[in-house]
Amino acid sequence: MAAAGLRAMVGVKRVIDYAVKVRVKPDNSGVVTDGVKHSMNPFCEIAVEEAVRLKEKKLVSEVVAVSCGPQQCQETIRTALAMGADRGLHVDIPAKDYENLTPFQVSKILAALAKKESVNLLLLGKQAIDDDCNQTGQMTAAFLDWPQGTFASEVSVDGDWLKVEREIDGGLETVRLKLPAVVTADLRLNEPRYATLPNIMKAKKKKIEVVKPSDLGVDLTPRVKTLSVEDPPQRKAGVKVETVEDLVAKLKESGRI
Amino acid sequence: VLLHRFQSTLVIAEHANEALTPITLNTITAAKRLGGEVSCLVAGTNCEKVAQELSKVQGVSKVLFAQHDAFKGLLAEELTPLILETQKQFSYTHICAGASAFGKNLLPRVAAKLDVAPISDITEIKSPDTFVRTIYAGNALCTVKCDEKIKVFSVRGTSFEAAPVSGGSATVEKISAPAPVGQSEWIEQKLTKSDRPELTSAKVVVSGGRGLKSGENFKLLYELADQLHAAVGASRAAVDAGFVPNDMQVGQTGKIVAPELYIAVGISGAIQHLAGMKDSKTIVAINKDPEAPIFQVADYGLVADLFKVVPELTAALKK
Repeated sequence: MAAAGLRAMVGVKRVIDYAVKVRVKPDNSGVVTDGVKHSMNPFCEIAVEEAVRLKEKKLVSEVVAVSCGPQQCQETIRTALAMGADRGLHVDIPAKDYENLTPFQVSKILAALAKKESVNLLLLGKQAIDDDCNQTGQMTAAFLDWPQGTFASEVSVDGDWLKVEREIDGGLETVRLKLPAVVTADLRLNEPRYATLPNIMKAKKKKIEVVKPSDLGVDLTPRVKTLSVEDPPQRKAGVKVETVEDLVAKLKESGRI
Repeated sequence: VLLHRFQSTLVIAEHANEALTPITLNTITAAKRLGGEVSCLVAGTNCEKVAQELSKVQGVSKVLFAQHDAFKGLLAEELTPLILETQKQFSYTHICAGASAFGKNLLPRVAAKLDVAPISDITEIKSPDTFVRTIYAGNALCTVKCDEKIKVFSVRGTSFEAAPVSGGSATVEKISAPAPVGQSEWIEQKLTKSDRPELTSAKVVVSGGRGLKSGENFKLLYELADQLHAAVGASRAAVDAGFVPNDMQVGQTGKIVAPELYIAVGISGAIQHLAGMKDSKTIVAINKDPEAPIFQVADYGLVADLFKVVPELTAALKK
């Protein structure tokens, strides 16, 4: 396949903004989301940026941004469009189903869309900062039977193959993946751009198509149930020490050194 | 109790051909807690030694190992068919691995192929189908019940003790590797060379943040770490600023650590950093800003200029 013919799809998740301090609901059913600022998951931003850069290098012909969730997800898609994605796909999931939606169902949706749209590169964030699952890229790759380049810090196209440098525990690792493939973005892959006002205006004219999970044949029955969400045990602040000598004495007392 | 008898767990071992990765031992402890029999699967190019090592780990009853050139780099694409074959033969009720880069990359792929929803990074096992994990960077604890026939989960290493490496007597069985998939290739690994202990298993960790101002200034932390036999970590801010590589990152998006002593230097204590270290037994914070949130979790706080007190601390420890 000619590299210029790559069609990219990028997943964008709407999450509680990273700067917001989340609060657990008093009934322990989840966290408070009403009236709380939401934004695009930071790792998804990196994925969008990478897709747009590949397009700017003419390695990708089209970038489609997908989000699964309620109506408000269209705002997240608009952000991706303002960053440079060409068009949007909103998989409309009613709020009731969205509460129980996990990466398992999202991966099935993304796999079905990747096929439907004849995509050969799927770019996602390595994890979402709400559920911290780190599963969607790997599972989507499995459902599609594609290779996966997770936790990517560098991506380059090499004919029918993709070269991906990955962040692993002890350093970096390089793998080659036969296209089509799934890539999940880690922090150092790039620094996402801010959408400029003209691009935000332009994005308003870009098309967002709405699809239903049932159109894609995806069943939303929950497989994992959340029984409760609670505050973690709080650590208490200790004491302030005045000098290095005090600190060393305290650490010796407690047997830590 | 009767139910437990029908349970059996497969632990996917993580290793570097020559040696087992420590998180595998924590994962074995989690697997034992489920109550049933625990088996381990080792895949590699030359991993019989690791299989023998695992057979001596307490609580493991069977070790399966498979060798093939295709397992070089432990690619998820190549390991998944082997795990599926093993699952077909032994019908485990649970499959798990450590929640390291290896386990996080591999297990969701396995789960999807089994058509089950996996559970990531568990910190507690309430019962064979109920697990606790953190969400929102550790700002909430979520208890989940998994209704799947096969439970696939990854284990947070710092939440479970390491299983003892002697006293076990598991059987070791070589199994054949399925045909290579060939859709991915491992090229190379660039591991950060260090004589210091590994971050996630070190007893003492010294971490630096944006307050260090540059990568060169991390030298102050290395000197301190040398006195304490400590590993050196960093906050995401320090990684983002380009001071140090990402493999040193402690936090929600980096490594989770829980050493006996954690010394945070020039780290403000963003939520995402606290998520990676707040289970440390003793936390020391050194920061010139008395309002820094890190002091809210620190057992001992020193409000001071790190460039003055870190060398002092290193010198005091030399005595």
